[in-house]
Amino acid sequence: MSLPNVTKHRQLGLMDDQVLKMYSVMVLARKFDERATLIQRSGKTAFHISSIGQETAQVAAAFALEPHHDYFLPYYRDYAFVLSVGMTVRELMLALFLKAEDVNGGRQMPGHFGYRKHHIVTASSPVATQVLHAVGIALTAVMKKEDRVAFVTFGEGASNQGDVHEAFNFAGVFKLPVIFLCENNQYAISIPAHRQVAGRIVDRAAGYGFPGVRVDGNDALEVYRVVREARDRALRGAGPTLIEAMLYRIPPHSTSDDDMLYRTKEEVEYYKEQDGIQHFRRYLSECGVLNDEQDRYISENAVREINEASRYADQAPYPAPEDAMRHVYAEDGGGV
Amino acid sequence: MSMRKTEVESEMPIITYLEAIRSAMCEEMVRDDNVFVLGEDIGKGGVMNATKGMRDRFGERRVLDTPLTESAIVGVAIGAAMVDMRPIAEIQFADFIFPATNQIISEAAKIRYRSNNDWQCPIVIRVPYGATGGGGLYHSQCPESVFFGTPGLKIVAPSTAYDAKGLMKASVRDDDPVLYFEHKKCYLYISDEVPEEDYTVPIGIAAVRREGGDITVIAYGMAVHHALKASEELAKEGISTHVLDLRTLHPLDQPAILEAAAKTGKILIFHEDNKTGGIGAEISAILAERLLYELDAPIMRFCPPDIPAVGMAPTLEKFYLPTVDRLKKAMRQLAES
Repeated sequence: MSLPNVTKHRQLGLMDDQVLKMYSVMVLARKFDERATLIQRSGKTAFHISSIGQETAQVAAAFALEPHHDYFLPYYRDYAFVLSVGMTVRELMLALFLKAEDVNGGRQMPGHFGYRKHHIVTASSPVATQVLHAVGIALTAVMKKEDRVAFVTFGEGASNQGDVHEAFNFAGVFKLPVIFLCENNQYAISIPAHRQVAGRIVDRAAGYGFPGVRVDGNDALEVYRVVREARDRALRGAGPTLIEAMLYRIPPHSTSDDDMLYRTKEEVEYYKEQDGIQHFRRYLSECGVLNDEQDRYISENAVREINEASRYADQAPYPAPEDAMRHVYAEDGGGV
Repeated sequence: MSMRKTEVESEMPIITYLEAIRSAMCEEMVRDDNVFVLGEDIGKGGVMNATKGMRDRFGERRVLDTPLTESAIVGVAIGAAMVDMRPIAEIQFADFIFPATNQIISEAAKIRYRSNNDWQCPIVIRVPYGATGGGGLYHSQCPESVFFGTPGLKIVAPSTAYDAKGLMKASVRDDDPVLYFEHKKCYLYISDEVPEEDYTVPIGIAAVRREGGDITVIAYGMAVHHALKASEELAKEGISTHVLDLRTLHPLDQPAILEAAAKTGKILIFHEDNKTGGIGAEISAILAERLLYELDAPIMRFCPPDIPAVGMAPTLEKFYLPTVDRLKKAMRQLAES
């Protein structure tokens, strides 16, 4: 039942300051991403892989979860997601610049998230392997009777890997508290979704006996709602949920890709107009939660934070060469 | 043979290799609530009986029957291990481990390294391997060389019940991923004394099984027993054999290998895995790099031929598998060289 004169976010249990915070993270992620691309283009860093076009869904999903309590297994485009669950722009910049202070010590490509203190589980490049790890973490929550969920994301290309199907079946059999979010951004590098995926990803859930929900990834409040519901289901012991967020990858696959080899400028321009962050900004203005002055303040704050972080990371030292030899196995009596 | 009473009292129980694996898992599950086992058909005891009775004792959650899904068995175990569990994942036959290879090599082996020690992955993967007779191509393989040489993994391959128990306990308590290769022929064929009290066998340490002065045989798993039998028979011909049991394949116990090799200067490396790219190839390289001028004969490798796997027909199987007679021939040839 929708109540007249009550904003949609309030109906979903989100306070005004929470939706403003969501919007701020979206703006921060977008500006970080644009800067990271610029830094790479200037020749200062080797590589960047972008999340532009996917921030809305990522932030909305994160706000429906419990930071530092649930476990998160993001894929390589989830900058806005990891910023929402505790990572800082400085931490992202240190990873971009491959510096010693980066949590991964400059070992991984940027976008390979992982941070134990933020419950962000370490990731690799072979796609979809993390989906099984999420199931193992969910299994542990059940074994230990802990009221937490594992939340994992992957692209529509990755959804074809066997590990995804093994994970769906395993989680379905044991009704595990795991949320599978497919960020369907329409392209797996150069291959469009219709040439990548037979049928609809969301329909695959039915084959494994749990619900699948398709949602407009540019609609922050809808994404928030379905992830919240999935989390409630998981905690009730009702098992996993598959969510397919429909999105569009605005930039090329990475800084090493030329997307004009497989799609048109007109197509990209069309989807730029559908930007979820602008939708959300308009919604917040219409509700009277956000005015132009606040919006400017949010942007300026983001830019300031990014400036400071990039300066810091640029000047930070690289890992010592011989650090390459460390941490193959546990050192000094083990543990992490 | 009569024994004095005190000797009888101090005698350790003799158990099979299979019982040793099971008792190690049970004792670790009692010691630590985070230890659990998962795999296909393990609730009924597993197809090898390794987990017999464990579901009744620990419940179906800690002795978890999984779907038929090797990548998930390992991938789920990795996820659990990253949040402080100590899973023991059973692969039903070593021949079926390949769907899980990406999880083992891309994930388990690299989790500590890629995260700069922020995360770790303390899993044990039990891999029943080797030919028992009648297993054909896909119930007989020795895939250890596929994983050997992957930094971040540890690989153990016990040959005795004592080591099977001690290495299993050490593997469960280890903070890094361990592939535990258990030779299927050893399960019931090998029994030896195993103490009642808690003990571990350190990972990375080989053991001298027989002292000798003419030739050195380096082996692991079931091959050790063939080597000991051959050595005993050759002793009657006046050939004195030194036998080194590797026990851990990765990391190799290099000091023990060099010492055992230097003792006789005539080295035969014997394993059931294929010759090309097998563990013997690496040991040969180590000896060539470090000990070449102390060798008294070219290094020999005694391994099955480089064909995909053992055939099912008795004639094909007999041709493929190492026999004590053929091994003796190779050892004799080395001794006389």
